[in-house]
Amino acid sequence: MPAAAKEPVQPILEVRDLRTHFDTDAGVVRAVDGVSFHVMPGETLGLVGESGSGKSVTALSIMRLLQDQSRIAGGSILFCGRDIVTMDAEQIRALRGDQMAMVFQDPMTSLNPVLRIARQLVETMVIHGRRDRNSALGHAVQLLGRMGITAPERAVDSYPHQFSGGMRQRVMLAMGFSNEPALLLADEPTTALDVTIQAQILDLLRELNTDFGAAVILISHDLGVIANVCSRVVVMYAGEVVEEGPTEALLSDPKHPYTWALLNAVPRLDRYIPGQRRLTTIEGMPPDSHQWPRGCRFAARCPFRVEACTEHPELLPVGPTRHSRCWVTQTGQSLPKPALPLVAPAAVKKVPAADREVMLEIKGLIKHFPVPKQNFFAPREAVHAVDGVDLIVRKGETVGLVGESGCGKSTLARLIVRIHEPDAGLIKFTGHDITHASAAEMRPLRRRIQMIFQDPYASLNPRMMVRDILAEPIRFHGLTDDEAGTQRRVEELLGLVGLSSTTAAKYPHEFSGGQRQRISIARALAVTPDLIVADEPISSLDVNIQAQIINLLIDLQERLHLTYLFIAHDLAVVRYISDRVVVLYLGKVMEIAPAEALFDRPLHPYTRSLISAVPIPDAAIERMRQRIHLQGEPPSALNPPSGCRFRTRCPMAAARCAAEEPVLHEYRPDHWAACHFTERV
Amino acid sequence: MLRYLTSRIVATFVMALLATLIVFLIVSLVPGDPVLSQLGDMAASNPEIVKAYRAKWGLDLPLYEQYWIFLTRLLNGDLGISITSQRPVMADIAQYAPATIELGTIAFILSVVIGVPFGIAAAVARDSWIDHSARFISLIGVSSPVFWLAFIMLTVFYGWLQIAPGPGRLDPIDLPPPRVTGAFLIDSALASRWDLLHTAVAHLVLPSIVLCAATLGLITRTTRASMLDTLGQDYVRVARAKGLRERAVIVAHALPNALIPVVTLGGLAYANLLTGTVMTETIFSWPGLGLYTFRSALALDIPAIMGMTLVFAFVYLLINLLVDLSYAVLDPRVLKR
Amino acid sequence: MSEASAPILDATPFEPRARTSGQRWRRRYGLAVIGAAIIVIWIVVALAAPLLAHYPPHAVDVTVRLLPPSAAHWLGTDPLGRDVYSRLLFGARVSLFAGITVVVLGAIFGTLLGGIAAYAGGRIEEGLMRFTDLMLCFPPIILAMAIAAAMGIGTINTMIAMLIVWWPKFARLARSLVLVQRSQEYVEAAHLIGYGPSRVLLKHILPNSIGPLIVLVTLDVGHAIIVFSGLSFLGLGVVPPTPEWGAMVSENRELVEQWWGATFPGLAILTVVMGFNFLGDGIRDWLDPRARRR
Repeated sequence: MPAAAKEPVQPILEVRDLRTHFDTDAGVVRAVDGVSFHVMPGETLGLVGESGSGKSVTALSIMRLLQDQSRIAGGSILFCGRDIVTMDAEQIRALRGDQMAMVFQDPMTSLNPVLRIARQLVETMVIHGRRDRNSALGHAVQLLGRMGITAPERAVDSYPHQFSGGMRQRVMLAMGFSNEPALLLADEPTTALDVTIQAQILDLLRELNTDFGAAVILISHDLGVIANVCSRVVVMYAGEVVEEGPTEALLSDPKHPYTWALLNAVPRLDRYIPGQRRLTTIEGMPPDSHQWPRGCRFAARCPFRVEACTEHPELLPVGPTRHSRCWVTQTGQSLPKPALPLVAPAAVKKVPAADREVMLEIKGLIKHFPVPKQNFFAPREAVHAVDGVDLIVRKGETVGLVGESGCGKSTLARLIVRIHEPDAGLIKFTGHDITHASAAEMRPLRRRIQMIFQDPYASLNPRMMVRDILAEPIRFHGLTDDEAGTQRRVEELLGLVGLSSTTAAKYPHEFSGGQRQRISIARALAVTPDLIVADEPISSLDVNIQAQIINLLIDLQERLHLTYLFIAHDLAVVRYISDRVVVLYLGKVMEIAPAEALFDRPLHPYTRSLISAVPIPDAAIERMRQRIHLQGEPPSALNPPSGCRFRTRCPMAAARCAAEEPVLHEYRPDHWAACHFTERV
Repeated sequence: MLRYLTSRIVATFVMALLATLIVFLIVSLVPGDPVLSQLGDMAASNPEIVKAYRAKWGLDLPLYEQYWIFLTRLLNGDLGISITSQRPVMADIAQYAPATIELGTIAFILSVVIGVPFGIAAAVARDSWIDHSARFISLIGVSSPVFWLAFIMLTVFYGWLQIAPGPGRLDPIDLPPPRVTGAFLIDSALASRWDLLHTAVAHLVLPSIVLCAATLGLITRTTRASMLDTLGQDYVRVARAKGLRERAVIVAHALPNALIPVVTLGGLAYANLLTGTVMTETIFSWPGLGLYTFRSALALDIPAIMGMTLVFAFVYLLINLLVDLSYAVLDPRVLKR
Repeated sequence: MSEASAPILDATPFEPRARTSGQRWRRRYGLAVIGAAIIVIWIVVALAAPLLAHYPPHAVDVTVRLLPPSAAHWLGTDPLGRDVYSRLLFGARVSLFAGITVVVLGAIFGTLLGGIAAYAGGRIEEGLMRFTDLMLCFPPIILAMAIAAAMGIGTINTMIAMLIVWWPKFARLARSLVLVQRSQEYVEAAHLIGYGPSRVLLKHILPNSIGPLIVLVTLDVGHAIIVFSGLSFLGLGVVPPTPEWGAMVSENRELVEQWWGATFPGLAILTVVMGFNFLGDGIRDWLDPRARRR
C-alpha cells in the first residue's frame, strides 16, 4: 500500500487484492476484482461508485457477511495486522460488533421488529463481554441520548415500529458505536432518508468520528455526502478501484475520467450557470459483470480514451497522495473542464412569465385519505395528504415541486392527472374545470395531460412488449389511420427518446432502469400531450443515467414545446431544470418563486433549511458552509400541527405561529411565501 | 390491548351469528323435505300427523320467525333431537366430543413438536439431507389420502406385524375408566388404572399418526418457508454483524419472527384436526364427533348434521380468535400506536 | 447459513463452480416436468381406459374373486371378482374429472368475486369478503357431507357440494393479488390512457395476477381429488358400483391378506396428487424471480 508506507502509524485496515465472486446460473460474477486500499486509525474514508461497482460487496467482505452464493476468492483483509479472510467463524464473530461495526442502508428493515430497542442494544454489549446487563442498559440510554433521541429512557422500551426512519438510523448508529469499535462501516446510511434528516445523521457521524476516534468507511453514491464527511476517497468502477486520493484534491481535480464524469453529471446547487441547458453525460452503461472487458473497463464510455486503453491499466501514483487507474492521466495532467454549449441568456428568457397563457390552475385543493380503522371502536382518521394547495402552471414552463417524503407531492400529481378524486378545491386545465370530471369527460383530455412515473420497474406492464405499450394509447385514441401508421409512430417515438427501433419487440425486463424510463417517457409522448407531470422520474437512477434523462427531458421540451410539472426531492436537479419552484410541506405550499429567486433569496425558513441541508461535492465549501439545523422530524400527517405546519421544527417559531396560519402572500413580484416572519429570514 | 381484545371478540361474535344464519338457511332451503326424513314414510303419508309436526316445530311460520325460534333454542343449548339416537343433539355431542378432542389434540401436538423443529432445521441447513428429507416427508404427508394411509397402517402394523392394537379406543374386553373428562388418557390416570392408560395410549398411536400426516407436512413446509424468508431479512444480517453466535442469531432473532405465520397456520391446523377427523374415526371406529357426523350423514339425520356443522364452525371461529389474540403477544406491531 | 458452517478459505486457487446448462435446466424445471409427465400419463390413461383395460370395469365373476396379482389380473381381483387393474383405469376418469372440474370452476367463480371486490372497494368489498370469510369457517368435508346428505348422494351432487366450499380461498387470493397490482404504476398509466376499470382489470391486472392463481389451482387439484375420493370412500360420493379410487379403497379395506384391492387405488391417488404438487411447486419457482435467480 503505497501511501501508507510513509506514515509512522500502521493502518487499521488494509485490503489487498481482494476478490469476491458470486456464483450465478449465468456464470461467475467477479463483483470485487482485485481491490486494494487501506484505512488509518480514526480516518474517514469514502467509498464511491454507482450500483454494481462492488462497493457494498467490499464492505460485506470486510465484515465476512457475504450471502450464500458469494465468497472471497482471493486476497487478504488485514485488520490490526490479522487477516480476516483466513479467520475461522469464531474469530471473525468475536471481531464483529466489537472492534468492527457496520450500519446498513435501510433503517426500516435493519431492526428486529419483535424485539425492544433495549434488548437489541444491550445484547451487542453483553455478547462481547464489555458490560453486564445492568450497566449495558444504562449505557444504552446514555448512547441514545448522545445520538440525539429525545427521552431515551422511554425510547429503549419501545419497539422499532414506533420510530421513524431517521430515529431508527440513530439507533443503528448507537448500536454500531456501543462497543467503541476501531472501525465503523456505513453502507449508504442516509440514502433512504430525507435531505434534512440526512444532514442531521451526517453531522452526527462526523461528531462520533471525532468523539470516539473510530475510523469510518462511508459508502455512498453521492459525492456531496462524501465531501461532507470524508477526508479521503476511493472511487470504484466495475469491481476495481479506479482512483484514490484526499477528498479535496480528488473532487477539485479528478485524475480518472470516471470520477470526472461522476462529478460533472450532477448539477450543483452552488454553481448554477445561467444558460447551461445540458449536463455532461457519458455514453452507455457499466460493462457486463459476467465478463469484464480485457482492457480498461471504462474505455468504452470514456471521452478521453486513447490507443493504450485496450490494455488494462494498473492503479498507479499520479501525485504525492493520489492514485489513478488511467493511461491518460499517468503523466499527471488534469482532465479538462467539460465544455458545454451555453445558450445565450437572451434566448433562454422567452416571453415574460406573467404574460404566458395559464395551462393549469389549482385552487385550495384538498385530498384526505381515510386510514383503515385500527379496531372496532377507534375513531376514523385520515392522512391529510394534500391540504389546500394553490398553484399555477403556465404554458411552456417547467414548474418544480419539491418537498420531503410525505409532503403530498405524489398525491398532488395524481390529483392533477385525476387518478385520485379530489375532496375539495378546484383544478382547471386550459380553462376546463376538471375537478370532478367523469371518466368520459376526462377521456379527450387524457391526450393532453400525461405522466411519467418514479419507478421504472413498476411503471411498465411486464407482460407487454414495448411495441404494445407504446401502441396502446395510439390505438385507443385513434391517432393513426391504420396499423402500419401505428407501427411507424411507435418507431418514431422510440427514436425520439433515443432508443433503436429494434427494441420494439422486447419486453420491459430486458432493459436497464434508464432505458425503461425512456420507454415510459415515450409512452407519455405517444398522445402528443401539452402537459407532462413527472413524478420523481430520476430518483431511482444512477447519477450518470439521471443526467441522460434530464438532458432528454430538456431536449424534448425544446422540440415539442412541452410544459412540465417536475416533482423531485433533489434540489439541485430542480433548480437546474425548473423555471419556477414550489416548496411543499405536510400538504401545504410554503413558498413559490422563480427558481433563481427561490434559491438565492428564499423567504421561507423551511426553504432555507432545505437548501442548506443539501451536501455539495466540494470539500472546501462543505467545511465553510453555514447550516441551519432543523430539529426533529416532520410531524404526522394524520394530525398536523395547528397554525403554521412548519412551526414544530422552525428555528424562529413564535406564539403567533401556533395560533394563526400564515397565508400565501406575494412578498416580491411572482415570489410567494406563507410565513409570518419573512422579513427576518 | 383491551380495545383490540374486545374488537376481536365482537367480530367473532358477529361471524358466529352469521354462521347460524347460513346453517339455518341450508336447513330451510335445500331441496328434500325434512318432514319426510324426520317422520318416516308411514307418518308422512298422514296429513294430520304432518300438520301437527309442522306446527310443533314451527315449520308453518314465516322464515324469519323460524330463524328467531332456531336462535333462541340455540342459546338454550338446544340443537334439536337426533333422529338416529333419539336424544338431544347437544347430549350426543357432549358424549362424543372428548374422544375427538383427545385424538385431535394428540395429533396436533405431534405435528407441531415434529414439524416446527424439522422445518427450522431444514431451513437452517438448506439443501442438506435434512432439508431434502423434510421436503420429501411433507410431500408424502400432503399427497396421501388419509383413508388410504389408515388402511396401510392398519394392514401392516395390526394385520401383518400385529404390533399395534386394532380399531377402537380400547381393547374390546376393556371397560372404559370412570368418566370424568371423557378423555381416556386423563380418566384412566385419574383412576390410577395404569393398564388402561397403556392400552389407551397404544390405541392412540396409529390414528394420531394417520391424522397428523397432512398437518405435519403443512407445518414443516410453512415453517421452512417462513424461516428461509426470515433468514434473508436485513435484521438477521445486522444480528450477525453484531457478532452474535449463529445459534443466537437463529433462536433469538430469526425464530420469533419466523414463528408468527406458523402460529396462524397452527391455529388453522388445530381447527382442521378437530373438525377433520371423519375419515380417521370412521376407519379406526373411534367413537368421536367425526364418526357421529358420518353416521348422521348416512342416515340423513339433518338436525345432527346441522348441529355438527354449527359446532365445528364455532370451534373454527374460537380458535381463530385465540390466534388473533396470540398475535398481540407475539408481534408488537399488531397493537400499533 | 453463510459462513458459519463453511469457513471461507482463499489459500487454494479458486475453481469456477458454474453449473452446466443441463444442471441448471434440471434445477429449474426438473420437478415440474416430472409432475407434468405424471399428470399427462394419467389423463391419457383416463381417456384411453376402454382400450387399455383388460376387462369391463363392472364385470362380476365370483369364480375369480380375491386373486393376487398375476399375468391375467395385473393388480389382482376384488371380492366380487372384478379386475382391479381395469377398475383402476376407469377410476382415473371419475377422480381426475371431479378434481379438475371442482377446482377450475371454484377458481373462476372465486377469482371473479375477489376481483370485483378488490376493484369495487367500499361496502361491496366489505360485504363480499365477509361472506367469503364466513364460508371459510365451515370445515369443507363436514359442509360437503351436510350438503351431500341434504341433496342426495351422487357424483354431480358431491361436486356441487365441494364447489360451494371451494371458491372462497380463490376469492381471497384474487382479491389480494388485484389489490397489489391496482396500486402499481403501470396500472395508473393504463388509467391515464383513458381506459375504463373493466378494461384495465382484464388487460393489465389479470395477466399479471394469473401466475399465483395458476399455482394454487394446480396444487389444489390434488387436494380436491383427495377430498372427492374421501367422500366416495365414506359412501357419500359416487354411487356403487361406479369405479372410483376412494370407493375402491373402501370396498377392499376390510381385507388384510388381500392387500392389493385397496393399496393400488390409494397409490394411484398418491401419484396423481404428487404430480400436481410437483407441477404447482415448479410453476411457483418458475414464476418467482427470487427463486429463479438461484
